[in-house]
Amino acid sequence: MAKIRRNEKREMPALNTSSLPDIIFMLLFFFMSVTSMKEVSYKVQFKNPQATELTKLEKKSLVRYIYVGTPTAEFRKQYGAETRIQLDDAFAETKEIGEYIVNERSSMKESEQGLMTVSIKADKDTKMGIIADIKQELRRAYALKISYAATQRTSY
Amino acid sequence: MAKKIPQINASSMADISFLLLIFFLVTTSMDVNQGLARRLPAPIPPDQKVEDKDINKRNLLVVKINSANQLMVQGQLMDVKQLRERAKEFIKNEQNVDYYPKLVEEDFGAPFGVVKYTKDHVISVQNDVDTQYQAYLEVQNELVAAYNELREECAQKYFHKAYNELDEDQQKQIQKIYPQKISEAEPKNYGN
Repeated sequence: MAKIRRNEKREMPALNTSSLPDIIFMLLFFFMSVTSMKEVSYKVQFKNPQATELTKLEKKSLVRYIYVGTPTAEFRKQYGAETRIQLDDAFAETKEIGEYIVNERSSMKESEQGLMTVSIKADKDTKMGIIADIKQELRRAYALKISYAATQRTSY
Repeated sequence: MAKKIPQINASSMADISFLLLIFFLVTTSMDVNQGLARRLPAPIPPDQKVEDKDINKRNLLVVKINSANQLMVQGQLMDVKQLRERAKEFIKNEQNVDYYPKLVEEDFGAPFGVVKYTKDHVISVQNDVDTQYQAYLEVQNELVAAYNELREECAQKYFHKAYNELDEDQQKQIQKIYPQKISEAEPKNYGN
């Protein structure tokens, strides 16, 4: 006859976690392949405008970025809420763009200097005045290949 | 007897890989670098006088955006959604009407033969200092889209292939028929 054992301690079998590292590694590789390193830490905040006729920026080493937007909350006290330009890791004036471009270009390989692209990452609510100033500076610095960073628009 | 190798304790492996995962999640960003590629005109040397290039009025399509993001094409108020069609009509001038750009016949070689095209057309985009960037980009986007659509049509007509499947020479030939001519004036205060 079956004996009902009640008082006997029944231990839970240990969960086999030996495949957990593999799973996590898989996740890790997934994220490593679909994401890209942030170029800089943003000091300005911006929301990309939307467009449809987009092209991908091919070679990372040939691209330089100009960020345009309002300072993030931590910098607002110091710099106000006006639209500002960020080059690399610091706030900059429009006048400094030319020098920045020249410096960046001279640090590139000579064969690639003509292929430099400047990506303007500006907030969608930016006034065109500041963008036009940037464009004039870029023209003066002979950085003629530009790209207006935007996200794909799915519908009107 | 072979010596028994003690098993390595791998229980912390998961923690290590979690740490790596979190590190990558924090330092990377998902956004792909996409953008509307444009080319700026070369700067004018300071010793050179700005020449007023005489552009025939019929060859010019003036697109203005004011500070309230309203669009005016050739003096008419227009919605940005209609701009693409309007630009295509202007660039093609299929009916050969006299208020659209002059058609020029030119031999482009095989497989095009003699093609009539609007050689000297110019689309002039003028914006206000206070125009919103999004509105400006939308206009640029529509104009680039108009060119892209025309080039696509051309590729289908002559090569029976999509434009981006053509080789570089073929693309260059098509670009000659539909050259991108978007001129941008420096922004002025048009007011509103």
